Amino acid sequence: MLDDFLMRAALAGIGLTLATGPLGSFVVWRRMAYFGDATAHAAILGVALALATDLPVGLGTLVVALAMAVTVSVLAGKGWAMDTTLGTLAHAALAFGLVAISFVHGVRTDLSAYLFGDILAVSKTDLAFIWGGASLVLGIIVWRWSRLLTATLNEDLAFSAGIDPRRERLILTLALAVVVAVALKVVGALLIAAMLIIPAAAARGVARSPEAMAVLASIIGAAASVGGLALSLWQDTPAGPSIVVCAALAFALLAGVGLRRAST
Amino acid sequence: MSLLSGNTAMSLLSAANICVRFGETEVLHDVSLKVDPGEIVTIVGPNGSGKSTLLRALLGIVPVAEGSVVRQSGLRIGYVPQRLQIDRSLPMTAQRFLSLPERQKPEAVAAALRRVGVPETANRMLTDLSGGQLQRVLFARALLAEPEILVLDEPTQGLDQPGEAGFYRLIEAARKETGAAVLMVSHDLHVVMAASDRVICLNGHICCEGTPHVVSNAPEYRALFGLGTHGALALYQHVHDHDHTHDHGHDHSHEPHHHDPHPAKVTSDA
Repeated sequence: MLDDFLMRAALAGIGLTLATGPLGSFVVWRRMAYFGDATAHAAILGVALALATDLPVGLGTLVVALAMAVTVSVLAGKGWAMDTTLGTLAHAALAFGLVAISFVHGVRTDLSAYLFGDILAVSKTDLAFIWGGASLVLGIIVWRWSRLLTATLNEDLAFSAGIDPRRERLILTLALAVVVAVALKVVGALLIAAMLIIPAAAARGVARSPEAMAVLASIIGAAASVGGLALSLWQDTPAGPSIVVCAALAFALLAGVGLRRAST
Repeated sequence: MSLLSGNTAMSLLSAANICVRFGETEVLHDVSLKVDPGEIVTIVGPNGSGKSTLLRALLGIVPVAEGSVVRQSGLRIGYVPQRLQIDRSLPMTAQRFLSLPERQKPEAVAAALRRVGVPETANRMLTDLSGGQLQRVLFARALLAEPEILVLDEPTQGLDQPGEAGFYRLIEAARKETGAAVLMVSHDLHVVMAASDRVICLNGHICCEGTPHVVSNAPEYRALFGLGTHGALALYQHVHDHDHTHDHGHDHSHEPHHHDPHPAKVTSDA
């Protein structure tokens, strides 16, 4: 069944959302949306470096995304104004990446594959990389769930319970870099943050517990992946953006449900 | 130093000559204190005197620039922060919150919420609770850790007077029941002083300390809190006398097992 490109595409989308559901929930709870953007945009620079040095794209992306995530964390720890810092780093990383890629011969034509994903061209190797990375992130989050949640809720409470919130923050940062590397092929650098935030925000409208929100975010993300692929097939729209469009529609729908529930 | 020359080994928490700096600013200077099992110790001081910083340094949240903090190994701490700001994006019921970070049995959670008088909050979102309810939920969570010491940072801030009095009764009852020590930061002097074994008056350094009675008569304390506190002190005395003569509950300083292990003293450095 893996020989069918549509099946591979659907499995790639679903695999990614295993990780983006829970991780995206933490991104929303900790207000790391811009942080996710900066890390994701750095992926383009990673692509350029990988192409220039003949390394696998996934590895280049992972290394540069990690470097960006750690840089941002360190700057945040030093008390820089996060809004401005992240805005600067996110767009600088993107611009540097685009300029660097223009030096690499022959890539300019399919740049959009890196910006908006190329889910219909996912190979079996890509699929293994996506499922491997996503399972790793999901496993880490499940393993440390209570500690991550306590540290997210209140750092002082975490400290008093013997949990070091800095370590938990670092773990989320590393997980984010892995997800960026994994998601590049699926939705592209520009829309990775959307896959983290939109399904989680949609789930928030109806979830009554953190666990429900994380699981529901994964389900919404998976449904959006399948829906986006169908839309792409039916109307010949770009697949990555179509997936995000479906997630956004789910958000609008569930936000409406949440509002109605709150008003009764 | 003199504080630590005693039986330090038995103390739950102790700090020796600690200094805490934020950048150039020295927030705490040469502070030493310890808390023994079962004691109620209250830290009072004006705004910006470093009360919360001292608690956070004792818990290991804030690093000390000089001196040392020693916590008994494996010490179970029930911490009630000054306030809990919860992002609305995080759906969390009171019940779920009480199971963090350690899973608790549903019966234990329900019992803890009943004990602090807010059983109705179990299935409600933390973000929908009133300030008083949230403080009680935080206290219930602290109790579930079966703490050897309860650490409370201005737990009644933002509560009205009946709410405040009720909360202090809750703390006293929990202390009596569990035998946990209590280390508390407060600004409302009269209520707190009546319940404390020891009061530490802080203003960047320890100005004076001792039993409530000794501290309230110390010139350093009076200088720090000014004339305005005469009213509060009068009220404290009144509450104290009232309790005593009518025998509503027990005044802690008169209970035999709370026999003050630290002879009241006033260390003056002003």
